Amino acid sequence: MNARGTVHKFGDNVDTDVIIPARYLNTASHKELAAHCMEDIDKDFVNKVKEGDIMVAEKNFGCGSSREHAPIAIKTSGISCVIASTFARIFYRNSINIGLPILECDEAAKEIKDGDTVSVNFDTGVITDETTGKTYKAEPFPEFIQNIIKKGGLIKSITE
Amino acid sequence: MGMTMSQKILAAHAGLDEVKAGQLIEAKLDMVLGNDVTSPVAINVFEENGATAVFDNTKIAMIMDHFTPNKDIKAATQVKQTRNFANKYDIKNYMDVGEMGIEHALLPEKGLVGPGCLCIGADSHTCTYGALGAFSTGVGSTDMAAGMISGKAWFKVPSAIKFNLVGKPQKYVSGKDVILHIIGKIGVDGALYKSMEFVGEGLKYLGIDDRLTIANMAIEAGAKNGIFPVDDITREYCNGRYKGTPVEYSADEDAVYDEECTIDLSELRPTVAFPHLPENTRTVDEIGEKEVKIDQCVIGSCTNGRITDLRAAAEILKDRKIAKGVRCIVIPGTQQIWLDAMHEGLFDIFINAGAVVSTPTCGPCLGGHMGILAAGEKAISTTNRNFVGRMGHVDSEVYLASPAVAAASAVTGYITSPEKL
Ligand code: SF4
Repeated sequence: MNARGTVHKFGDNVDTDVIIPARYLNTASHKELAAHCMEDIDKDFVNKVKEGDIMVAEKNFGCGSSREHAPIAIKTSGISCVIASTFARIFYRNSINIGLPILECDEAAKEIKDGDTVSVNFDTGVITDETTGKTYKAEPFPEFIQNIIKKGGLIKSITE
Repeated sequence: MGMTMSQKILAAHAGLDEVKAGQLIEAKLDMVLGNDVTSPVAINVFEENGATAVFDNTKIAMIMDHFTPNKDIKAATQVKQTRNFANKYDIKNYMDVGEMGIEHALLPEKGLVGPGCLCIGADSHTCTYGALGAFSTGVGSTDMAAGMISGKAWFKVPSAIKFNLVGKPQKYVSGKDVILHIIGKIGVDGALYKSMEFVGEGLKYLGIDDRLTIANMAIEAGAKNGIFPVDDITREYCNGRYKGTPVEYSADEDAVYDEECTIDLSELRPTVAFPHLPENTRTVDEIGEKEVKIDQCVIGSCTNGRITDLRAAAEILKDRKIAKGVRCIVIPGTQQIWLDAMHEGLFDIFINAGAVVSTPTCGPCLGGHMGILAAGEKAISTTNRNFVGRMGHVDSEVYLASPAVAAASAVTGYITSPEKL
């Protein structure tokens, strides 16, 4: 499994309230949520983002509320992968559970710039910034989590 | 190697003698919680995957609190979907208008969580119940759906930071000031993935409501859970209330912590978190007399909407008036808190001061309804988050504080220490 796309870069402590503001939580429709993704931090995001693009942020990405609407909005907006220095723990869990690939890599998160073209190999954890030619190695998922992903998400892994 | 209190509860629920930090386990759940925002997502996942039964209809709670009484048609539709599901599967703890309160005020009050239980909730502030000696943590809706089906959840066993609380807090220093001080010190990711275990002789000065406030905001330091040992204060609160069987766990003497940190409660001062992160704290002594002019004051939420919070606000507002131009909104956390406050005469005090009293709801805490801010407006609030746009417009600001500081600020119209009135 691989991802390749243009980078949308954000900073530290991007919280779930800016990823998808609570005023839109009166719906669970994936499409409606995606239409407001990142609205309070970057009004233009939904117009710029293309299928397959990659989101890069620094520390504590996805902090705050447990709303699964946040990774759902990001995934449905077309983002194929999120790379950050660290993730808030509920966001991390939710992303795995819904099948949004996320990778922790501090060096990549700090160095990759907005607009770079980046490719990611999920099997090896290798991140390549094609714009600068630099490669990075992210922590691969622990086996337990790889199993959840392989089975097609948490629910499938328990209902089997 | 010894285990922390959190690790012991996880081990017991996973049927293991021992667990270690970093280990992935599957554990049995005593309670699975959702609200009107997260339950519909979980129900969709449940139904899309063809599930036809819940693991135990007494161990699921669905509390309609965020946008209820329904603020608009979409919110009403979400609650209807949840209500239909609850009826279909006979979910015993489905609570709607009339019974509901803010989930994290309601579950402890109704005795649905207690010492030694393992609880997950599709709401990040589920960590609140650690105050009662439970292992309790926030998860997402898919975890909630999986929990409703299987009665189990996966966990990565957390390491812990030990907070040794000593000394007696001064007047006007509450649980809120303790946790804001800690978050200011360690930062919003200071306890990322970890447990925050609170111990020490200073605990005897912290009542159950203070502890609930402290555990509630463990997530604001990035923690997986916050937890207090079970003592006489906990027992007095839970006896005759907790519907399960209380089990008292305590950390091993040789438990290993990532860090230990001593907090002298006697040195703490009333503390305020400035926009837009809970870690941007200042003590009241570091805030100029007319530095921050406020438009709104909110007293409520799962952090500070309990009876002691309302009493603290009423003590300040008694025989005083709210400053002209400030809207002061008081939101008791549950129906019982509402009744208690009414019988104690607190509503007379609030209303005579010029405040309004709302039915229980999350409301403005997450910018839902009942007190949204316009561009450029500032609120002092007893809630737990001051992120960009949290209470309304992206250009509004939220300052987090205790009920006493919030009430004092409502009186002067500027962020003010209650000592200055
Ligand atoms: S009161 Fe606020 S923080 Fe608490 S559950 Fe409601 S929205 Fe969440």
